[in-house]
Amino acid sequence: MPTDPEISFLTRLWFAWLCSFRVLFDARFAARVWSVREAPALPPSPAPTPRAADTTPALQLLALLQREGRLVDFLQQDIADFPDADVGVAARVVHDGCRKALRTHADIEPVRSEAEGARVTLEAGFDADLVKLVGDVKGEPPYAGVLRHRGWRAKRLELPARVGEHDARVLAPAEVELG
Amino acid sequence: MTRFAVGIDLGTTHCALAVAPLGEEGAPPEILDVLQLVAQGQVEARPLLPSFFYFAHESEGPQALPWDPERRYAVGEHARARGIDAPARLIASAKSWLSHPTVDRRAGILPLGAPEDVEKISPVEASWRYLEHLSEAFDTRYGGGEAALAKQDVVVTVPASFDASARELTVEAALAAGIEKLTLLEEPQAALYAWVTGTGDAWRKEVRPGDVVLVVDVGGGTTDFSAIHAVDEGGSLQLVRVAVGDHILLGGDNMDLALAHLVGQKLAAAGKTVDRWQQASVVHACRAAKERLLSDAKLASSPIAVASRGSALLGGTLRTELTRDEVTSTLVDGFFPTVAADARPTTRARGALTQLGLPYASDPAITRHLAWFLARQASALGARPGERASKLLHPTAILFNGGVMKAAPLRERLVATLDAWLEADGAPPVRVLGGADLDLAVARGACAYALVRRGKGLRIRGGTARAHYVGIEGAVPAVPGVEPPVSAMCVAPFGMEEGTEAALPSHELGVVVGEPVRFRFFGSSVRRDDRAGTLLEHWKADELEELPPIEVTLPAEGRREGDVVPVRLRSHVTEVGTLLLEVEPLAPLKADERWRVELSVRGEG
Repeated sequence: MPTDPEISFLTRLWFAWLCSFRVLFDARFAARVWSVREAPALPPSPAPTPRAADTTPALQLLALLQREGRLVDFLQQDIADFPDADVGVAARVVHDGCRKALRTHADIEPVRSEAEGARVTLEAGFDADLVKLVGDVKGEPPYAGVLRHRGWRAKRLELPARVGEHDARVLAPAEVELG
Repeated sequence: MTRFAVGIDLGTTHCALAVAPLGEEGAPPEILDVLQLVAQGQVEARPLLPSFFYFAHESEGPQALPWDPERRYAVGEHARARGIDAPARLIASAKSWLSHPTVDRRAGILPLGAPEDVEKISPVEASWRYLEHLSEAFDTRYGGGEAALAKQDVVVTVPASFDASARELTVEAALAAGIEKLTLLEEPQAALYAWVTGTGDAWRKEVRPGDVVLVVDVGGGTTDFSAIHAVDEGGSLQLVRVAVGDHILLGGDNMDLALAHLVGQKLAAAGKTVDRWQQASVVHACRAAKERLLSDAKLASSPIAVASRGSALLGGTLRTELTRDEVTSTLVDGFFPTVAADARPTTRARGALTQLGLPYASDPAITRHLAWFLARQASALGARPGERASKLLHPTAILFNGGVMKAAPLRERLVATLDAWLEADGAPPVRVLGGADLDLAVARGACAYALVRRGKGLRIRGGTARAHYVGIEGAVPAVPGVEPPVSAMCVAPFGMEEGTEAALPSHELGVVVGEPVRFRFFGSSVRRDDRAGTLLEHWKADELEELPPIEVTLPAEGRREGDVVPVRLRSHVTEVGTLLLEVEPLAPLKADERWRVELSVRGEG
């Protein structure tokens, strides 16, 4: 955060004299000085505008899960009309492949090590990114409650490095068999 | 200055590299994660580099790597995966071709049946490319310069059963890849070094003088046996490699294919057909199901789902299952049958015209191959006075290596079979030396050996695994239809140690000046007592194995072309670990006149 510039006493004296007149005769200036009186000295930082995310790693991950586990094929197909047995067989292909891909590229661990259903206590200052309060949310910590979901946290995620000029949006190239 | 000790497992199906910094006492060998293409345009570091070479088609563009944006071929995971799509452009099992007895291993023959736009390469070049890739990945990781692989002490492993010429070709590939400070090591020995390193000092309690450690190494493509004898020499324990087995092209891939065949039949019986592309995923699914069933004794079956080829996954995916009984009967009983100690591998008579291909073992029973190995090597420890000659070498301990042996039921069956043979001979059962990582042990052990070579640490001795002979045709009048008798002269005895030399005392050979002269060449892994110069008139059929012929060309300088010059042979085992044969004219024209004998020329087959 940038610090305010130091202003010398003489400058301040001159500025106080100038301001007293402008506050008296310039209503808009007075209003602005009024608002600064208690608000932070710095102009408020511009509201965070969402940056366009670099989607390349996400595309790579989709491509990886398609390559190893046919995930995109599975999600793009309408499964409503198929019996559960067919869905189950396809799910095995997807599960086997995606699980293997996930395990080689990421270390995923539960956020909480307790068994789901166990009673847990959250002390003051718990990390709200790690634990979400649900149900009758009120009052002050410590909170006592039941662990409903252990949560997941990726300790590591490594995607292949990209080399050469290849369009990341191609999740799987079309295949044409010759001969 | 050398900064690292490096071990490279140049495997039939996978390569791995282990590295240890020098000057850090006790730093264990670590596996280098090898950067490689895993898909078009995607590079990832993985502990194993699949030994596959893929010739990219013009339409695929460059197979860019971080260190070479213009590369036209791929090595590693992407090569393996792409090879399923376009198999004619893929080289697999280059290492098995490297030890093929009857093809020219320096000639561009691979892949067999490649399309016309592919400029085929030799088995040596394929091995060179794998080593080159490892070298490039190493230099990318460690920065090159003083830390470049070319400047480090590198140990490359070969199967114990590799013959002299296959070893030499491996060295040739390594030199081409820029590896200069090179030593070869037999894979089963590497596995033992890895085990020794892994136990810390505890191994001295587990291996005692008199022990015979049998190393059973079943990799993806080959099976290799070695016996290592622990002896007490002046109060300290020494390890001596006393026997190695034949080269058996039989491994985990055969097992996965056998299961895939079974699954294919089940699908066919259900009226479903599997195309070539799906076949690859059947093999893959079978391997996964095999690993599940063999590691969890409670599972009765494991499902096999084979995805459809097109984008519609539902409706086209085939499902079947592999049961425990099927895996047991196919793998445990099929590849490790309970057999008697006098069982022998069956050999299938080959047709007069065989298709050019790899000489795969015709008997898949590893236990029969083991019985034959132990019987052939019954006298490997030498005759001990007062001891009744046994029909079988008696191991006292067993060390497993290779991914296949991770499966406990396979290890248990092999140990049970071996123990039954030993019990019948009145010998105690074997102890299993455990705790090694069977996939990466060879690379780690090779690295440990590179450290051992620099000083402290126990070294396995053993020298050459074979005695070598040159065939000499008898000088008899030519009779049509009758081949002149051939006698075999021992040129390098069994167990010659690295850095030693053997001169042949008497027998003269004549070599024609100015043109290549070929000799038949033989090896024996059982004749331990022949000395350099021993002449064999007769030998038993399985004692001597004919190797690719050797060739020598004497330049005509100073001699009349067509003259026959009397020479004598001299053999060395180099520090690298290869056999070197030289001819020396009996009447040299200048000091130290000698010529190198080429060990690996094209066979006649």
